[in-house]
Amino acid sequence: MVTYILQRLALAFLTVWAISVVSFVIIQLPPGDFVDTYITNLSASGSAVRAEEAQALRQQYGLDQPIWVQYWKWIVRVVRGDFGMSMEWGRPVIEVIGDRLWLTIVISIAAIIVTWGIALPIGIYSAVRQYSIADYIFTFVGFVGLAVPNFLLALIIMYFGFKLFDLNIGGLFSAEYQLAPWSWGKVWDLLKHLPLPAFILALAGTAQLIRIMRANLLDELRRPYVTTARARGLAEWRVITKYPVRAALNPFASTIGYLLPFVVSGSIVVSLVLSLPTVGPLLLRSLIAQDMFLAGTIVLLLGVLTVIGTFISDLILMWIDPRIRAGMHG
Amino acid sequence: MSAPTVEAAVPLVTAAEEKVAAATQLQLTWWRFRKHKLALASGVVIILFYLGALLADFLAVTNPHTTEAARSYIPPQAIHWFDEDGSFKPHVYALKGRRDMRTFKLVYAPDPADKRYLTLFAEGYSYTLLGVFETNRHLLGLDRDKPEDALFLLGTDQLGRDLWSRLMLATRTSLTIGLIGVTLSLFLGVLLGGLSGLYGGVVDTVIQRVIEILRSIPTIPLWMGLAAALPNTWSVTEVYIAITVIISLIGWTELARVVRGRFLALREEDFVTAAELAGASRLRIIFRHMVPSFLSHIIAAISLALPAMIISETTLSFLGLGLRPPAISWGVLLQDAQNIQALGIAPWLLIVAVPVIIVILAFNFLGDGLRDAADPYG
Repeated sequence: MVTYILQRLALAFLTVWAISVVSFVIIQLPPGDFVDTYITNLSASGSAVRAEEAQALRQQYGLDQPIWVQYWKWIVRVVRGDFGMSMEWGRPVIEVIGDRLWLTIVISIAAIIVTWGIALPIGIYSAVRQYSIADYIFTFVGFVGLAVPNFLLALIIMYFGFKLFDLNIGGLFSAEYQLAPWSWGKVWDLLKHLPLPAFILALAGTAQLIRIMRANLLDELRRPYVTTARARGLAEWRVITKYPVRAALNPFASTIGYLLPFVVSGSIVVSLVLSLPTVGPLLLRSLIAQDMFLAGTIVLLLGVLTVIGTFISDLILMWIDPRIRAGMHG
Repeated sequence: MSAPTVEAAVPLVTAAEEKVAAATQLQLTWWRFRKHKLALASGVVIILFYLGALLADFLAVTNPHTTEAARSYIPPQAIHWFDEDGSFKPHVYALKGRRDMRTFKLVYAPDPADKRYLTLFAEGYSYTLLGVFETNRHLLGLDRDKPEDALFLLGTDQLGRDLWSRLMLATRTSLTIGLIGVTLSLFLGVLLGGLSGLYGGVVDTVIQRVIEILRSIPTIPLWMGLAAALPNTWSVTEVYIAITVIISLIGWTELARVVRGRFLALREEDFVTAAELAGASRLRIIFRHMVPSFLSHIIAAISLALPAMIISETTLSFLGLGLRPPAISWGVLLQDAQNIQALGIAPWLLIVAVPVIIVILAFNFLGDGLRDAADPYG
């Protein structure tokens, strides 16, 4: 058990390291260094930078040193919580991101909960009533969810909301709460706006989960113990929910590791269409404006949070599956 | 299999069974696949789409790059199939320009009194068909008498470009980017998955960890970061290649997983051991004995990887970080439909979503059917 946790932890650290390297590469990719951009920005606003000042800046950020030294200096500052300055906003990156990161997490978690909430009952139903009309319909709807890129789904829902109900779907808060500080009223307002984006994000992942759940449950239902339970006169729903569903749930839980990166990815694009105040629109804007510290930090934080989420899901999996605890697989 | 006594065996084996027993793996796979009607139909749809992509310029009506500000946001023109006398003469109403006296803008509206008849193989802009023949024939066109007449089957965009013609060329771009991306991913996947499955040990562990790491990173922010770094000065073709590479750099993991799984399973099979004992070289074992027996699995994995590639390109271009105008792809076209204002004025811009959804759905059904058929002995 301890070996398992250590293994997952080691992999998580390795992943975080890989993400940090990629984020650093993204920061470094645009031509010219960060001081060049800084100087261009300053001269655009009318103030000139002297050559020695530029040199001092370069030294401060270690830009005159080899790339791995630069990476090391950057990562040390990041670990201390200093993510650098945003060129475009003229403020520390972490301030610019602010609440947006948490809202991204809230939306992603909500989407995963909705995914489970849809996929679990439908998966069970499709398995128990295999080849029924509803089974076919759910399978088809699931496939459509899989096939329609979620930004497209967001666009279509937004269009019909606008056309049929004259609703402007979008945003996560009503106008009066947009800039208000956090309060219970604002939380409630958020909860009211959450279902739609969560649903749009969830639909893409449900198809796969429904199929996994259905296949697993079908395998379980053919086992002799189910026949025994039936022969003993157990009520049908108890027969199904007591053991087969539980046994079928295990692979279900393990998919969260793949679901999370997928949902976080999707939230970026959906946020842009529905103009949600997550890091999505900020990331796009920073990339277009070549505000690289902001962009790199967002990629880094999203990646790290996803890894943490996956690690937590591994722990949950261990908690519900005794076989992993015993070190039999995983 | 040693046959029992001849008298007992003969009545037991029917003609159909004999046919199955003698069939090659490819035949068995095909028979199994044929039963999956939805997959079969999807296969046909995909072939049609690729044919359309091949003949994109021929199917286009007007030059997809020609802009005309005055013809901005013209709604799709309805085709009227019959003339007043009931004869079959497909036509559209000519668009008549009229000066709006309040805004002083030229507004185009269909004029029912003025008909334009459709013809097949009409003359239009010049292009090279299949990269060989220089021609100016198009499948559909107007039997035109005035040069300013134009056929807008799906309406026009903000710059007055014909959406139908643009859609034809976009289909070509988006479908081929998927193909090239998958080819690259396949190469990486087979190479790394094969190494992983064949050698096991440290190589396997390293490659498996790399795959796990790649799969646990949210891909879209990563793609966005990489794609945004492509210099503005790059040509359409350079950006196209770069985007394909970026997408496939991350997309190979699933293919590698399939290949590795197959290698591991086959390594233990008797026929591989037999080949080894018979003194076959490693390469011969792989390509003569192992690859044919999991080729169908790879084909199934490819047909499931393709739609993912297409979605990736569409998403990136939609965000403005993938292909950029003047390149035309589904994502580039959908970018015009990005905000509710544009959709309010020109809802037909959303039509582009239809082929995207159909193709992706068809690929998924096809892949599903192929996956079931890949192992025809079950």
